[in-house]
Amino acid sequence: MKGPLYLAWRYLAYHRLKTAILIVSITLIVFLPMGLDVLVDQSADELAARAAATPLLVGAPGSPLELTLSSLYFESDTPETLAYGQVARLTETGLAQAIPLYVRFRARGHPIVGTVLEYFELRQLRFASGRAMALLGECVLGAGAAESLGVAPGDTVISSPESVFDLAGVYPLEMRVAGVLERSHTADDLAVFVDLKTAWIIEGLGHGHQDLTAPEAASAVLARDGETLTANASVVHYNRINSDNADSFHFHGDLSQYPITAIVAVPRSRKSGVLLMGRYQDPDELDQIVRPSQVMDDLLGTVFTVQSFVVAAVLVVAVATVGAVALVFLLSLRLRRREIETMVKIGASRGSVAQVLISEVAVVLSAAAALAGGLTLLTSRFGAAAIRTFILS
Amino acid sequence: MIELTDVYFSYPEGEFSLRVPQLCIEDGETVAVIGPSGSGKTTLLHLITGIATPQTGKVVTHGVEVSGLDDPGRRDFRVRRLGLVFQEFELLEYLSVLDNILLPYRIHPGLRLERTVRDRAAELAAGMGIGDWLGRYPRSLSQGERQRVAVCRALVTGPRLLLADEPTGNLDPANKDRVLDLLFEVAEAEEATLLVVTHDHDLLGRFGRVIDFRDFHFWEQAA
Repeated sequence: MKGPLYLAWRYLAYHRLKTAILIVSITLIVFLPMGLDVLVDQSADELAARAAATPLLVGAPGSPLELTLSSLYFESDTPETLAYGQVARLTETGLAQAIPLYVRFRARGHPIVGTVLEYFELRQLRFASGRAMALLGECVLGAGAAESLGVAPGDTVISSPESVFDLAGVYPLEMRVAGVLERSHTADDLAVFVDLKTAWIIEGLGHGHQDLTAPEAASAVLARDGETLTANASVVHYNRINSDNADSFHFHGDLSQYPITAIVAVPRSRKSGVLLMGRYQDPDELDQIVRPSQVMDDLLGTVFTVQSFVVAAVLVVAVATVGAVALVFLLSLRLRRREIETMVKIGASRGSVAQVLISEVAVVLSAAAALAGGLTLLTSRFGAAAIRTFILS
Repeated sequence: MIELTDVYFSYPEGEFSLRVPQLCIEDGETVAVIGPSGSGKTTLLHLITGIATPQTGKVVTHGVEVSGLDDPGRRDFRVRRLGLVFQEFELLEYLSVLDNILLPYRIHPGLRLERTVRDRAAELAAGMGIGDWLGRYPRSLSQGERQRVAVCRALVTGPRLLLADEPTGNLDPANKDRVLDLLFEVAEAEEATLLVVTHDHDLLGRFGRVIDFRDFHFWEQAA
């Protein structure tokens, strides 16, 4: 190693704490704006791409952002529900394909998405193993969910109660895994997809129980009025759907009034989309229609504004930090005056001494730049998913 | 041989000046420079080493007219031909003993740090009883040990002139003798001229010659 660089290295190594503090300070100042920029750009791309792939969303009146986030990422609070009958109504217009979504329940942290098979076509999701759900009580897992839950086709997944205090509420339903999707690097990777009816069973709108006409259930029957039987709480409810009890599962009431959280509307044409948008602008219309790309643009506009404020703040801090670092360096020069004089007396030129000092600064800056670069690379690799979780949770 | 002829030097502030009509120090001599503070002892050392250049007159050291050299020439002369020992030893705290000894080779691009140089540094250190401490740092050394490191640093380039600026100034009597013994030993072993600036009149009897700056008038006296 050349003399000045060696001396610089020895000085920095000897004063390792001071050196580390300097490097970390400069690293943060360099990394924060760069990392933030990478983070926001990547997140914007990802959010915009998912939104662009979802033409229109119909949902109950409320926050368009909540509706969009719930339908695209399954992570927001559950929006107000609309009636399943709206799917038929939208289909009857002939303007768009209607894909219902019911996103409310979770299975060990993973969102359970009640939908129809057309959803897989819309998102171009392919199966890594198994097949689509075909029977009541079956589910299809995204690659991430399958990995996280450690399950494969043939295994089972149990829905989680909505809260630990929900003792009298929804019964956990054990669902059989029919298939696992290929990784798509979208929110679908973490989802558990079920048929809408399975989702309603989880909610308790449909259920299966022992045959009340069977002799062994006689003690549970409280009253008999023609075909209507009233039973007590001792009736055995099934929390698993299999070939033996599948026929006992049934739904009460009008299915068209059952809840869904959104309808993905895929217009037949651009014109159909415009017409559909127009229909939902009617003042008498109870539901809303949103264009997810527009909603995400609005969200990103806010994010970019916040980003510019953060960058401005970081720059102010950067100026202060650079000033402090320069002051530390100048004070250090003063403290090292005798050392510098000694070197000059022995035979060093002012240039050689300057080389030593410049090498010290260069080593610190290089280490900080390398660290900041590494952190930025890591951010570009892992940051987008992190900020998406941060924004959506 | 060191030869100063009609030398006049003054600092830019103009409050001090030194005039040396004639001074000649033969090779191998041991010379003490004494006098009150501010009388010009250190300035004389700076003129001989080329750290300072006279306004008039000529300084010739070992056949080289130092006063006629340009700045890089004087630095090159200093690092190759002279060994300097400072009052506070001036070791660099962040360098090990070995690196401190090798400092001239680290700071002067004209000197090549080869294996033979490292071996010489290790030999010098061993000869002064600090051979086992090459990896230690100055803060862990005693005053006497630091002084020995400083002497090794002064000798590592194989100089023929050893100059020490008040090397015993901050030492207790036992260490003073030890340091002077050391300087005399290495000067004799290296056949080098020894020039020591000191305030300590008790030590003068050990030198072959004394240059006295008393009353700010330069004069010589036999030891």
